[in-house]
Amino acid sequence: MNNLTTPRNPKPAGEFSDGELERAAQLTRLALDEGEKEELAATLRRIIGFVQVLQQLDTEGVEPMVHPLDLALPLRADEVTETDVSADAQACAPDVARGLYRVPKVIE
Amino acid sequence: MIDFSLSGLRRALDAGEISSVELTQACLDRIEEHNPALNAFLTVCGEAALEQAQQADARGGGGGPLAGIPIAHKDIFCTRGVRTTAGSRILDNFVPPYDACVVEWLAGAGAILIGKTNMDEFAMGSSNETSYAGPVLNPWDPARSPGGSSGGSAAAVAAGLVPAATGTDTGGSVRQPAAMCGLTGFRPSYGRISRYGMIAFASSLDQAGSLTRTAQDAALLLDSMAGHDPRDSTCAERAGEDYSGALQGLKGKALNGVRVGIVSEFMDEGLDPRCRQVFSDNMETLRALGAVVSEISLPRLPLSVPVYYVVAPAECSSNLSRFDGVRFGLRGGGEGNLERMYTETRRRGFGEEVRRRVLVGGWVLSEGYFDAYYLKAQRVRRLLAADFSRAFESVDLLAGPTSPSPAFAIGEKIDDPILMYLNDVYTIGASLAGIPAISIPAGSVDGLPVGLQLMGRPFAEVEVLRAAHAWQLETDWHRLWPPGASAPLSAA
Repeated sequence: MNNLTTPRNPKPAGEFSDGELERAAQLTRLALDEGEKEELAATLRRIIGFVQVLQQLDTEGVEPMVHPLDLALPLRADEVTETDVSADAQACAPDVARGLYRVPKVIE
Repeated sequence: MIDFSLSGLRRALDAGEISSVELTQACLDRIEEHNPALNAFLTVCGEAALEQAQQADARGGGGGPLAGIPIAHKDIFCTRGVRTTAGSRILDNFVPPYDACVVEWLAGAGAILIGKTNMDEFAMGSSNETSYAGPVLNPWDPARSPGGSSGGSAAAVAAGLVPAATGTDTGGSVRQPAAMCGLTGFRPSYGRISRYGMIAFASSLDQAGSLTRTAQDAALLLDSMAGHDPRDSTCAERAGEDYSGALQGLKGKALNGVRVGIVSEFMDEGLDPRCRQVFSDNMETLRALGAVVSEISLPRLPLSVPVYYVVAPAECSSNLSRFDGVRFGLRGGGEGNLERMYTETRRRGFGEEVRRRVLVGGWVLSEGYFDAYYLKAQRVRRLLAADFSRAFESVDLLAGPTSPSPAFAIGEKIDDPILMYLNDVYTIGASLAGIPAISIPAGSVDGLPVGLQLMGRPFAEVEVLRAAHAWQLETDWHRLWPPGASAPLSAA
């Protein structure tokens, strides 16, 4: 194995084009200001360049590690454990009417 | 003079040297005096805290190991009826309808909630500068950062506003601020403490922890924080232990025969030479305590920061998708159009670093990049965790510096995300492996505290705490106060 080092001055990743920024913003439902796009794309290109060092390591046949505990998904008995807390839960919602969350109209 | 640690305050309360009301009022006075400058608290619950203190005094004993002692919670833990922002504008008006498990269990042990502490937005940051409420100042030098993301908790304890505080540690957010503020910061194993009611950042990494003056205090808090909670499906199904009991009776060469491995990858070019000297002196102290110290290599560890900056953003982009302006928090703009309401709410509600991570996370999870980035990072994570397991076949504890430098200046790194990310180069490994790790005060550089990090096998909280306690029985770094500050109640 090569001697691995922590990348300190990564090269920006070419594959993160301006179009990729728009796509990521669309996928994550984030509006971007026109004025910030150029600098933001440059920063993200550096971050992605930084993590590209991972490609150096051969991981053939290695099982992805989803989290540190090797546990099976616990199951519980199918019993009612919650009482109706909808009024409490909706007390902190921006717009509620008759027990329902209200959002801008989606049907023409 | 009353020792302002949890264990010292317990003794003083039990002996009747001080009442809970006096103690709580002393903390509130300190907060009122110092918080306007430090910015460590986002919310102070003065009246409710005094009311609980009166009840504790009226009970006159009993009521749990923390009865009558005020503590602060990082503002990432939901508190019923008390605003919880996670340092984000998007949750500026959020008042949770329930308590986090940690909050509930510590209250059950008698602790009084005195307030909620400032933090990097959604715990994404290493300097407390990404908080929508502005940076926290380091009590050791107000021009410097207290570290992050649990910077408010660290500054509050370091300045003696409160004897102890909770924090959370995803990539080092308890240990790094502890190191920079001269405190003991403990992150137990992943799954040791319930994450129920702890606002999620990166679910495979997030873990609650504590910022205290001593390892004994960390044990005292963990006694009440650890255990199985069915409300968190990743909370380990094993009971907590008697952590403070396990520290009793330690003395002299308390680390006799304990094998400590110095992580050779930590001794890299990024380590400040002055911190390297402190660390090398620390190893002599460990030897004097009886430890058998040797060097050990974890060859994949240099990739820990890049692994983290794929895995954590990916999980954060998923977790933060719940902030959409519908069920809680801010709704901003996009009137009349649902899609625009989502995108505008998130643009206005999230700060710069959070938006960067959401975008990176969304991208590495997207079609065409998922295998090359996300799965790749998870595979490297497994190899890295295997390096830790292999190391623990020949040593009992791993040691390294907590941070590459002492506290850095506010503004020094905030404009360069990668420079900021590299600040966590020594703490992220333990987070990815999910093992317990502690930072303890271990030296000083130019009058600023420096931390020593000790890491143990999964669920070896007792071993880690015993080593840290043994260290503190023989050293005095944890007794230092920032310049100009002194222990509260010192006149009592």
